[in-house]
Amino acid sequence: MSEKHIDELSGVETTGHEWDGIRELNNPMPRWWLWTFYATVIWAIFYTIAYPAWPMITRATTGVLGYSSRADVQTELAAAEAAKGAYVEAVTAKSVGEILADDNLRQFATSAGAAAFKVNCVQCHGSGAQGSPGFPNLNDDEWLWGGSIDQIYQTISHGVRFAGDEETHASEMPAFAEVLEPQQINEVAAYVASLSGKAETPDLVPAGAQVFADNCAACHGDDAKGNKELGAPDLSDAIALYASDQAAIAQQVRQPKHGVMPAWGARLGDVKVKELAVFVHSLGGGS
Amino acid sequence: MLDDKEVERLEVEAVNSAKTRQPLYTARKKVFPKRASGRFRQFKWLIMLVTLGIYYLTPWIRWDRGPYAPDQAVLLDIANRRFYFFAIEIWPQEFFYVAGLLVMAGIGLFLVTSTVGRAWCGYTCPQTVWVDLFLVVERAIEGDRNARIKLDGAPWSAGKLGKRVVKHAIWLAIAVATGGAWIFYFADAPTLLMDFVTGQAAAVAYITVAILTATTYVFGGLMREQVCTYMCPWPRIQAAMLDENSLTVTYNDWRGEPRSRHAKKAAAEGLSVGDCVDCNACVAVCPMGIDIRDGQQLECITCALCIDACDSVMDKIGKERGLISYATLADYQSNMAIATDPTTGTIEPKRVRDSAGKLNEGIAHFHIGRLFRLRTLVYAGAWSLIGVGLLVALFSRDRLDLNVLQDRNPQFVRLSDGSIRNGYTVKLLNMVPEPRTVTLSLEGLPDAVMTVVGMDGTESRTVEIQADPDKLKTVRVYVRQPREQAVEGQSFKFVVQDKSSSETDSYVANFNVPEAGK
Repeated sequence: MSEKHIDELSGVETTGHEWDGIRELNNPMPRWWLWTFYATVIWAIFYTIAYPAWPMITRATTGVLGYSSRADVQTELAAAEAAKGAYVEAVTAKSVGEILADDNLRQFATSAGAAAFKVNCVQCHGSGAQGSPGFPNLNDDEWLWGGSIDQIYQTISHGVRFAGDEETHASEMPAFAEVLEPQQINEVAAYVASLSGKAETPDLVPAGAQVFADNCAACHGDDAKGNKELGAPDLSDAIALYASDQAAIAQQVRQPKHGVMPAWGARLGDVKVKELAVFVHSLGGGS
Repeated sequence: MLDDKEVERLEVEAVNSAKTRQPLYTARKKVFPKRASGRFRQFKWLIMLVTLGIYYLTPWIRWDRGPYAPDQAVLLDIANRRFYFFAIEIWPQEFFYVAGLLVMAGIGLFLVTSTVGRAWCGYTCPQTVWVDLFLVVERAIEGDRNARIKLDGAPWSAGKLGKRVVKHAIWLAIAVATGGAWIFYFADAPTLLMDFVTGQAAAVAYITVAILTATTYVFGGLMREQVCTYMCPWPRIQAAMLDENSLTVTYNDWRGEPRSRHAKKAAAEGLSVGDCVDCNACVAVCPMGIDIRDGQQLECITCALCIDACDSVMDKIGKERGLISYATLADYQSNMAIATDPTTGTIEPKRVRDSAGKLNEGIAHFHIGRLFRLRTLVYAGAWSLIGVGLLVALFSRDRLDLNVLQDRNPQFVRLSDGSIRNGYTVKLLNMVPEPRTVTLSLEGLPDAVMTVVGMDGTESRTVEIQADPDKLKTVRVYVRQPREQAVEGQSFKFVVQDKSSSETDSYVANFNVPEAGK
């Protein structure tokens, strides 16, 4: 800008900038705008002193208030933990049966268990605890190792056929391919399928009943109702852990598959296991 | 008909009138409104008393709701998500009542504006009421207009400093009380007051009071008419609401012009003289710093103080009141047509009055029928329709509510005896502040039975549930049907009933089953 130029029409000085003959007037800022601007400048100075602001070589200045969003989160988490404190203490002190009897505590444990279930259990048992072939459905009323709250707690805590835990449920069904003739296996498979009305070769059933009584009833019981001490499933009901057709039953007799579940007590601690037990029990099948 | 009495002419400039309007970047020219007295001023004092009374006192009204609910008549309990208004309790899902009230407030503003113009601005707007209050303080300490102008122009002295300090201290005290009253709507007022003065209240209470103190002090004490002129959108919106039949504060040129300082002398010289003696009383009392004689202006909040000022002058000089009056544009224009000489285009007082000083019979005056026209009737109709709808909804609403969420994962469970079970999360809303025993039962599906998690596992079709006062009760319910009865496409009802009050609510739920053959 070399010399002052006054706009003729408005009598206002121009900035000297010109675009295609149009000159920019050098009006002062409106006062409200100016005061707002000054206020933000002052605010900014105090803000950058009080709060983390200026980037330095290794990290930004911390500010005299020592504020950090991470510390905020820590505080909130600590507050959340503290809010749960009384409940967690009660869960620690009480048995699962007592927790179940206490309405408030049961609701707390159910919610906490549901959260823990989503993290630790859904990979095998499914997000709705509905299971899949080989992994039991936890909603129904058939339990391999017992459906009382104490039995569920025991099973979650020590696992099933889990090598690292001495109290784990260890029993296994022998492979009958080495014990029975192939024909006997077909017969007993027909008999087991007939228990839930699904026999494909009914003429084999009477012979199968005899094979069952000789070889299987020891664990599965004379009436095939199973034995929860041994984890021997009820073969007479509408629920099958593996497939329920005759060929699949025969295969399971020949060379049984065995599910394994880790012992969660050592991994998650007693409180979480109790919460999980209460949650699983609340799914509707608990006895 | 002229007058001997001298009317003092006030030296006053309408600092915000369109003719002298300041550019935005120059300093505000101060307005020193003179005290007015008259009908409208009386009315405004009354409104000020009522509105401020409502604002400051409402949170302190008690209303007994029993042991399970707060006893504050008006309470916005945000932490517990409840809104209490005397006998009415509103839950979050019923917030549409408040939305309905806001719609009514909107239409109400349309209705008021289309009939009596910016009455909201002039009488009830908090900005107007608080500025009025602040002016009362200012007058009490610094005196009326002339004294204030003098003080403002005087060099700083102990006396001036003292007056200013006292004035601003009282303003700040009012501002703190204003901010303070606000927070009492959101918590139990007596408890909060104790906590507040002993430093125990939540930080948000102090921050809210601080912000409202600052806005009240700055808007009411320092910015005043600038808030209306520059910040508020309503002056712009109201332009679309007014029509030629809306009442607005009007200077009746057809009567006042040509205005004359020395009417008697002018008349003696044979000049035509209108009623306006150009005393500037209307300008001096104007809190907005305008001259109403320039015609309708954006700045005018229709506070009607100029009417009071002019009426007292008219009384003094023995003319009828109403040189400045509430008038409609339609009346104004028809009167102007009578008063204006078609050849010269100037206003001729002879055309308005006869020699005896009587007004021409063709002069239009406001009559009440003008308020009832299609537009205002439509506004009033819509306003009442919503109001009646809200009242009907309010008096027929459920205080016992039932919501059901069906489990979707898994959709159903096959039990060992082959029967099919569905899971539901049942939410019972006990919306009264009393504990209740309600029954939850199944209707339809004759072979279905249910169990409730947390109760003994017996199966039944009706269970009793204890519902806590004013709370949501969530229960997990499992409904089981034998395999043969569980077929696709079934639905049934959950019914909840309060035996003592026979209130009831129901929810239609579906029953999911496996695909046929599986």
